[in-house]
Amino acid sequence: MNFVMPTFLPALPEIFVLTMACAVLIADVYKSEKNPFITYHLSLVTLLGAAVLTVMMHDAEPVITFGGSFINDSMAALLKVFIYLVTAVVFLYSRDYLIQRGLFKGEFLILGLFAVLGMMVMVSAYNMVTVYLGLELMSLSLYAMVAMHRDSSVASEAAMKYFILGAVASGFLLYGMSLIYGATGQLGLTEIASYIKASSGHDLILVLGVSFVVVALAFKLGAVPFHMWIPDVYHGAPTPITLFIGSAPKIAALAMVLRLLSDGLGGLHGEWQGMLILLTVLSVTLGNVVAIAQKNIKRMLAYSTIAHVGFIFMGVLAGSPAGNAGAMFYIITYAIMALGGFGMILLLSRAGFEADNIEDFKGLAKRNPWFAFMMLIVMFSMAGVPPTVGFYAKLSVLSAVIDAGYVWVAAYAVLFSVVGAFYYLRVIKFMYFDDQDDNTPIESSPDVRAVMSANALAILLLGIFPGTLMGMCASAASVAH
Amino acid sequence: MIALSDCLLLGAVLFCISLAGIFINRKNIIILLMAIELMLLAVNINFVAFSHFNGDATGQLFVFFVLTVAAAEAAIGLAILILLFRNRHTINVAHLDTLKG
Repeated sequence: MNFVMPTFLPALPEIFVLTMACAVLIADVYKSEKNPFITYHLSLVTLLGAAVLTVMMHDAEPVITFGGSFINDSMAALLKVFIYLVTAVVFLYSRDYLIQRGLFKGEFLILGLFAVLGMMVMVSAYNMVTVYLGLELMSLSLYAMVAMHRDSSVASEAAMKYFILGAVASGFLLYGMSLIYGATGQLGLTEIASYIKASSGHDLILVLGVSFVVVALAFKLGAVPFHMWIPDVYHGAPTPITLFIGSAPKIAALAMVLRLLSDGLGGLHGEWQGMLILLTVLSVTLGNVVAIAQKNIKRMLAYSTIAHVGFIFMGVLAGSPAGNAGAMFYIITYAIMALGGFGMILLLSRAGFEADNIEDFKGLAKRNPWFAFMMLIVMFSMAGVPPTVGFYAKLSVLSAVIDAGYVWVAAYAVLFSVVGAFYYLRVIKFMYFDDQDDNTPIESSPDVRAVMSANALAILLLGIFPGTLMGMCASAASVAH
Repeated sequence: MIALSDCLLLGAVLFCISLAGIFINRKNIIILLMAIELMLLAVNINFVAFSHFNGDATGQLFVFFVLTVAAAEAAIGLAILILLFRNRHTINVAHLDTLKG
């Protein structure tokens, strides 16, 4: 038996991030008091370098290496670049909050970088082993990040809940994978796809495996009825961690959904479509209705995430390249919106004050008209009001699902997003029409202000000119299938 | 002679026991962590059984990865448990209810 050396070049961004994460780990030990920001700058350089390498390594043709367990295609490149971008913005927004609370330590950056590495592996995985390893690398880093605030009782409770439910989801995923492996005798996603194409019979073990995998994916993305962890974790975790969990990992989770369901199990589209319809309908209903009753804005945004996940599954269930492109567009723009929403909570909070109640936004328009306007854009976009990007994202998944012949699902989702508009507009009402209780001026660094403005304006600009990003998503979705 | 179905049945029974341990258990978080380990071991039995009866070694390779990751997962789980005990002085599942909307 001879061993052929695989080509390492397509995995260069991963290798770079791993090396740099280890370098940050060492730099954190030896950094001097004079220069406390060296690890922070090094982390940002890592993300920038990885972005450059990813763009350089990108090839129009998919490259598969490591014995078929790793793929570098347009979808991987597109989603990875947005994961770096989102993570870099998370690090920037979190900096001041963490410094004020004495939490600005190397762990946050190092665990963040390892989570990014896990996400990159998930996005590029082309084999069930790689999918699992990427997922675990990401999840284990995130569990530790939630527990990072060691003296906080709610944070440790949130971490425990996240850990237990995340581990159960991994167990379901593995059980499903073991059944798929048993039925097809393969672990590689292309081999599974060609086996399913060749076989004509209705294999019960395979279908059972698919349902376990769908349950696990619903757990990881947070679709109803597997959403229990989302509100508690978003609420209990320190806000920077909530910002991180709510943005970049969602992109990676969608990549996992597309790789497994579309690339690997695309031949069983008829089997998983019904399950996704159920998840969509339940998520859109519960997310939008329960969010109305929330007083804590982190919890409200958690329920809003659940509703958005319903829309993302709607794109996937169409099972067409247009649907997958729509889902990709939706998740990328959702990550940008989540950055804006949670970032604004970080911007308004200061030492000893968390700004995580909706009432804390009262009279923001008088305190700071510019940031109130930025929050207005974010809220309009989440509600799906044109001309913001949220409208275009919803439109793209809705048109895909209508083309697939599920008009009733689209109509139902639209109906409930009208219900959902209520709680987004309530935040706007608090900002613009209520009097402030709090007159403290908002203090933040100029770079945070600039990036926050760019973030909100990007939501507006992407809504007016969605063509470029949509074109990239469409080409990524068409090459992959 | 042990057949494939026997192994799968064992795996399924262990998986169900671990699920029951997670969702019915209202007392102790350590039992929850044990149930999670059991769940991964149930999966390993499935992989080894399929690997043996299909005559393909890659399933056993997956088991090595699962075992390694399970060890890392247990370490993080126990670390969070210690943290929780230090903050709350209890590891009762029923007391994990401060986060509510």
